Amino acid sequence: MIALLSRDLKLAFRAGGGFGLGLAFFLIVTVLVPFSVGPQSSLLAVIAPGVLWLGALLACLLSLDRLLALDWEDGSLDLLATAPLPLEAVVTIKALAHWITTGLPLVLAAPVLGVLLNLPQAGFIWLVVSLLVGTPALSVIGTFGAALTVGLKRGGLLLSLLVLPLYVPTLIFGAEVARRGAIGMETSTPLLMLGGITAGVVALLPFASAAVLRVNLR
Amino acid sequence: MTTSVNRNSLWAYANPKKFLQTSERVLPFFWITSGLCLVVGLIWGFFFTPDDFRQGSTVKIIYLHVPSALMAINAWFMMLVASLIWIVRRHHVSALAARAAAPVGVAMTLIALVTGAIWGQPMWGTWWAWDPRLTSFLILFLFYLGYIALWEAIENPDTAADLTSVLCLVGSVFAILSRYAVNFWNQGLHQGASLSLDKEENVADVFWVPLLVCIAGFVLLFVALVLYRTGTEIRARRIKALLARERVGA
Repeated sequence: MIALLSRDLKLAFRAGGGFGLGLAFFLIVTVLVPFSVGPQSSLLAVIAPGVLWLGALLACLLSLDRLLALDWEDGSLDLLATAPLPLEAVVTIKALAHWITTGLPLVLAAPVLGVLLNLPQAGFIWLVVSLLVGTPALSVIGTFGAALTVGLKRGGLLLSLLVLPLYVPTLIFGAEVARRGAIGMETSTPLLMLGGITAGVVALLPFASAAVLRVNLR
Repeated sequence: MTTSVNRNSLWAYANPKKFLQTSERVLPFFWITSGLCLVVGLIWGFFFTPDDFRQGSTVKIIYLHVPSALMAINAWFMMLVASLIWIVRRHHVSALAARAAAPVGVAMTLIALVTGAIWGQPMWGTWWAWDPRLTSFLILFLFYLGYIALWEAIENPDTAADLTSVLCLVGSVFAILSRYAVNFWNQGLHQGASLSLDKEENVADVFWVPLLVCIAGFVLLFVALVLYRTGTEIRARRIKALLARERVGA
């Protein structure tokens, strides 16, 4: 398991591209927002938590189609499927690698981008906490979507269509934690819900992803 | 265990031939009764019920809105059951029935959304509000689109059936999650249930009877459409198999 994780991480770091791409996309989306809604700092402060969450979500989505596709093309996915490691563990590791290379940098970059959008002082800590709790769910759900579309030639657009509706609960609760934190309200209820969703998704969805992957590898 | 399937068992219809024979026999019945119910229910509802004292004649869109909303959810539920049957027992008719039901479900969801918007404009003063019920129907609509797109995208029919049924299962869980998440996110404008059996706040009897007739009409129409479309899917697959056999033989 650790060997697989370190292989995926090495590939992501050394092959370049994929690692920085999500971050750059996140930055650009955030920079474009003031151009589209205007530079009034009071307005930006109100929408900052939601925009940052949406940007992080889209940046996560961007790298999903390469999550399994590269291994599918060169055949290493077939080898992984016949390896002693259960396929459920393989997809969990894949999701973890995706989170470390995409989700975690987004979490770390979010406060910096929060400055650009004039996020209120109190909001920074809650933004980071909500992203930290919520992004693993995004990676795991995304792995399920990637497993569904791995065999398709032009799966990219279909992948977004399948995955985005599944992101709705995570986005609602995550953005709610960040929003409430920014205006100094109680955040424990949505945070608990968000944590519940992440825990449930991490525990159950790898089984669905592995089942789907088996069908695709048949 | 007996070797032959009991003729009266539900599973006998897993045989495509038997399914086609029976569905062809009962289809005229469903077409005619659904047509009758819809004509009677809609004419009764539109022309022979009094206007509501607050909502005026706009209340009459209820005869399209409520039945289609009901069927939009039940169509997904039917797809869920059919997908489960496919996963557990691998009956092709079941997978094809789920595939056949999806576009009908989309149509029902669209009717519910559009009639709701037309109703909402004079009543709430807006075509659209981000109300929990409206929002969850929009999300349901997106789930339908994804499900159909996945069916269309995959060439191998068995793979497509497997993947879409897993998507249907996972999607159901997430659809329910979204329903409650959306509730948490925004309190609504939409009225409560108008047809529950245990509450006082039901619609008045004059509206209630034609509404029931309309609902019956929509249910029968749904059954008829799904049977018909499933038959079409079975035949389309047979033609494909015949063509493939011809090509190999020649």
